[in-house]
This record gives sequence, structure tokens and C-alpha cells, in this order.
Amino acid sequence: MVELEILTYPDQRLKQVSPPVRQFGEELRVFIARLEFTMRGSPGGVGIAAPQVGYFQRIVIVDVSAKPKIPGHGRMVLVNPEILSWEGMTRGREGCMSVPDFTGNVMRAERITMTAFDEEGNLQEYLCEGYEARAVQHEIDHLDGLLFLDRLVSRHTDLFRRKKYDNKICNYSA
Amino acid sequence: MSSWYMLTVVGEDRPGIVAGVTAALFKGGCNLGEASMMRLGGSFTIMLMVELGGSDDVLQQLVEPVARSLGLHVHIDSIEGQLHRHREPDVSITVYGADKTGIVARVTAVLAEAGLHILELESDVAGNRENPVYVMHIEGYAEKSIDLLRSALKVVECDGIEVSLEAVDTMIG
Repeated sequence: MVELEILTYPDQRLKQVSPPVRQFGEELRVFIARLEFTMRGSPGGVGIAAPQVGYFQRIVIVDVSAKPKIPGHGRMVLVNPEILSWEGMTRGREGCMSVPDFTGNVMRAERITMTAFDEEGNLQEYLCEGYEARAVQHEIDHLDGLLFLDRLVSRHTDLFRRKKYDNKICNYSA
Repeated sequence: MSSWYMLTVVGEDRPGIVAGVTAALFKGGCNLGEASMMRLGGSFTIMLMVELGGSDDVLQQLVEPVARSLGLHVHIDSIEGQLHRHREPDVSITVYGADKTGIVARVTAVLAEAGLHILELESDVAGNRENPVYVMHIEGYAEKSIDLLRSALKVVECDGIEVSLEAVDTMIG
């Protein structure tokens, strides 16, 4: 299998909203396999969204199981994902295959509930927390044409946030 | 052939310093790189990577007029630095406590001994004149291990300084 080419900003195609998947079947399964192969070929990559490879449909893959000590669902294929609820806010550092050589701090919900279709077209429900919830939110942003650059917070913001929230901040590997 | 310089600018804070300095550099054909610019006390400070196809004298002449008109002190160093040399932090440390002399030296000494490579350090004095509170935030890279840094900090915690250390695991998506 050959890895798909990753679009990198300032490619304006990354800023567009992708429409939902309408048809499940062999073509979708083949694409998802190639998307996953591309994600696993990127060092440290725990998620990928279809628009990152120039395929503008609402498809995301997340798998944080390569990270030691981080709880999660393992391999998740999320087609037409919908976040139903958000809870808690935490700061964490993010990078993106589509924004090489830059990382920054982003506020994300600590816990989310979500529905998404799997690659067979079955509707699934998920409760994601911490690092995995962060990855899911980062990838779903790609479906709406948003990059983590759109959500950067300053370092000073972090210090003020620390005073407001005494729950764990950024502690994704503990 | 262009070279990189580190331009340091310090002056009494007032609106228009960044615009004035960067406009002069732009007109002189400079390319700007990474920078840190902030107000410290009543002063505004700039540390700015500047790329220029000329000597440091040329750069000095470019910023001289704006420096004079805004009352800025300028210093220029020729550097070997380049862009795209980022190093990712894997640990974030916050230290605070009643301000007393020697906090920074004490904390950073034990961290250096335990293998911390500091990538960024920001500090502030909060509270008021009677009861100043020192707040410091460090992002860095553990050359040995994060656990080693954690146990090293236990020593300074006993001195009435609050310390929190968190591992930073950058999510790449």
C-alpha cells in the first residue's frame, strides 16, 4: 500500500468544511484502509482526518493505543462524527501533520460524548476522555476546516487558567 | 549571501514600538524569524531573529532612526541560528511562593543537576509591595528522566515554595 500525500498549510483546501459521507461500501473501506496506513506511517501520529489527504468527506481515524499509559478505545474509525456533549476544559500541547515544525497549546474539553458511524455504517456511541478526547476534537476540527492554529492560547492565558481550574491540566501521560 | 542576527531592543514601553521597528526592518529588506516581545516592568523588550544580506553595521543603521525617535536601546549579535530548529518540551513546571531572593537560582540549580534543559522560562511578581508573590513557569526537556526532575523538586518544596511538574505529551494529529 502507498501512503497518501498529506496536505500542509497554507494549502487553502484545509480550510474548507467537508460534507458527510452518504454511501458506505467497498470504496469507503478501501479509502479508510489507505488513510489508516498513512496515519501509521507518520511518526507519533495518533489521528488523521480525511481532508488532510485531500479527501473532503467527514471521516476521521483516531488510535492512541501506541501511547503508553493512556486509556482509550484503541482503533476508532469515525464516519460523520457528532459530538453530543463537552465537559471540563484542559490545556494540552498539539501538533499536526498538516502544520509541520510547530506545536502549541490548545484548550479542549476533557470529556466528550459522541456518535459516529463505523466503516460498516453502524452507528456507535463513545465517551472519550483526556488525551483521546483531545485527539478526537482535533481531528473533527479538520472536518470543519479548522486547524489547531485557530485555537492557540497564549502562555499567559495558561497561567490564568491554572488559577481558575484546579483539575489536572495538560497531564495526559500521568 | 544572507546572515541571521539577534536584534535586542529595550526601551520605555509606549505604543508603536513593534510597528516602528518592524517597519524599518521591512523597508530595509530584512526577513524576520522567531521572536519574543513583551513588556517587563515598565519596559518593552524585543528579542528578534533578523535575516539580512548585509553586515551588522547595515542592520544598526536601519534601526537607528526609529530607535532614536522612540528612545530604544539596540544591541545586535551575529548568530549561527537558523529557523526550523525547534525542540519540543516534554515537561512543564510551575513554581510559586512568597517572593524571596534566590528562588530562581535554587530551583533551577536542582533542575539543572537533574538534567533539565530549559527551553522557555517566564516569571512574574504578583501580590503587592508588602507581600510579593513570585510566579515562574518553565517549559523544558528532560535530558535524563522526568521522574528524576520530580524527585529533585521535592527538595525545594520543603522550603515553602509550591512546585508542580507535569509531563507534556504533544498530541500529533
